[in-house]
Amino acid sequence: MEALLAIAIGLLTACGVFLLLRARTFPLILGLTLLSYAVNLFLFASGRLRMNAPPLIRDGAAYTDPLPQALVLTAIVIGFGMTAYLVMLSLRALSESGDDHVDAKEKL
Amino acid sequence: MTQHAAILPILIPFVAALLQLAAKGYGIAAQRAIGLAATLLGVAATLWLVLLADDGMVRVYALGDWAAPFGIVLAVDRLAAIMVLLTAVLSAAALLYASAGFDAQGRHFHPLFQLQLVGLQGAFLTGDLFNLFVFFEVMLLASYVLLAHGGGLVRTRAGLAYVALNLAGSALFLIALGMLYGTLGTLNLADVALRLQSSEIDVASARLACILLVAVFALKAALLPLSFWLPHAYAAAGAPVAALFVIMTKVGIVSILRVQAIAFAPAAATADLLDGWLLPLALATVLFAAIGALAAPRLRDLTAWLVLASAGTLLVAPVFSQANVTAAALYYLIQSTFVAVALFLIAERVAVRRGVAADAFQPGPRIHAPWLGLAFLLTAASAVGLPPFAGFLGKLMLLTAVRDSSSAAAIWSVLLFAGLLLMLVLAKGGGRLFWERSPSHPHGSTHPAGWCRSLAVALLVSPALLLVLFAGPVSDYAARAAAQLHDPQAYVAAVLGKQEIARETRP
Repeated sequence: MEALLAIAIGLLTACGVFLLLRARTFPLILGLTLLSYAVNLFLFASGRLRMNAPPLIRDGAAYTDPLPQALVLTAIVIGFGMTAYLVMLSLRALSESGDDHVDAKEKL
Repeated sequence: MTQHAAILPILIPFVAALLQLAAKGYGIAAQRAIGLAATLLGVAATLWLVLLADDGMVRVYALGDWAAPFGIVLAVDRLAAIMVLLTAVLSAAALLYASAGFDAQGRHFHPLFQLQLVGLQGAFLTGDLFNLFVFFEVMLLASYVLLAHGGGLVRTRAGLAYVALNLAGSALFLIALGMLYGTLGTLNLADVALRLQSSEIDVASARLACILLVAVFALKAALLPLSFWLPHAYAAAGAPVAALFVIMTKVGIVSILRVQAIAFAPAAATADLLDGWLLPLALATVLFAAIGALAAPRLRDLTAWLVLASAGTLLVAPVFSQANVTAAALYYLIQSTFVAVALFLIAERVAVRRGVAADAFQPGPRIHAPWLGLAFLLTAASAVGLPPFAGFLGKLMLLTAVRDSSSAAAIWSVLLFAGLLLMLVLAKGGGRLFWERSPSHPHGSTHPAGWCRSLAVALLVSPALLLVLFAGPVSDYAARAAAQLHDPQAYVAAVLGKQEIARETRP
């Protein structure tokens, strides 16, 4: 379980960073999205992985740590808003320059 | 009422933003009125907080009355109080300037301005690291939109790079927080400080988490390998927006100061975390900024490099983690923030006056504005640290405070050499802008700036002198703030109280 999660996080991060380094807006957005998936999984794992445990406090049972879930939820909401804005900004850059390069020059 | 003073600096701009959205139908005049009233109220509230905080107590405000470390707390000490007052005063001046017409160049300027204030004030006040992340994001999300305010491909492009970089930075912040929570089991700063001192933690992971956290703050503070974004983004922003951005770098610096003084320095596991690498990088940032300033084509670019130079200078302080160095750095921080903000506004006034020549360092039409020249002279002299201005006092205090350390020679020579370079650049640039004329250039606008803009510039330029006249009280307060910051036991005791915290042992 741990190994699987670690590999998934590593793969997502690697793909995210690779795409982030491409100087085009669409791969950039995809890269940041993959990176945020990796981060969310990582945050989730910071409360330790526990199988078959209730997500909330129940008497006598070993429950999973609820805090990382709250953190992940916050991070997802924020990341979603940021990505939406980045998409809009990229579209604006595309319409103003006619190019999806992040350092696009003025449209001739 | 007094116990709610801590939340007021966050609540006032938040309510103002909501009111402004509701008042959208009444036109921009209503939004301006609400915004200006809210920033004035904010200045009053933060001034009150500064006076309240001076009794030396750390005021802890438990949101929803959930006690730390399980609930989120705001913690107000003198440092936080100074920073929120500085932010409130600067935002009032910037908003006054923006209300003269800049705000109408795009949509939703006013609510976003207030929301960015929410983020800034929250970041200074919070005592919880995840909450700090949330306030960082509030501040950044508003800044992304404000950077693009006014339109144009230059701003869109600068915005794209800025947003992408900061999103990557946020991912790193979350990774740092995840590691911190995974290792220490807490994200409350006071509790982190306690846990770092315990012997049963995994030292390697804890150090890795802490250094990642510092890296994220260094990105916001623009420490050298992470500072290439700053000149580009700041020079592209509109003048009032750039004014707010100047405070954003200070958020990173104050965060580093705070985590270092409260959590890292008292714990054996992390006491040497910043040793050896931060000082060379900070000094390299100063040199890099001075060299960048030499190549700056316009006054606004030059100002952005000046922001970077002062950030580098301030980042010397966390290396020492001593009360006297921090006190000097605080005084320097206050004056350098005012100077940079004033220069951004002056650059825009100059650009408007000179028409197509704008604020580029080339001969242009004559500027019929002696007051503008005087304002430039005052701020430029203060920025490079010429006596008798506040910049000189700030630099003098900082240099005196580090005099006895082993790295004093390096700090003195770099700061003084960079100051010399900046003085040359500003003298040459100012001469070009105000004295060299080319008759072929058409005149820019000769309209008077209007009382809003003039008052805003005057408000921001006057601290160069006022901070000298009142240097005694200000530096005394800074010294008390620094002494309080470097007494982490008091902070931890105030936030966590006396009770034993029940902890679950985890695999």
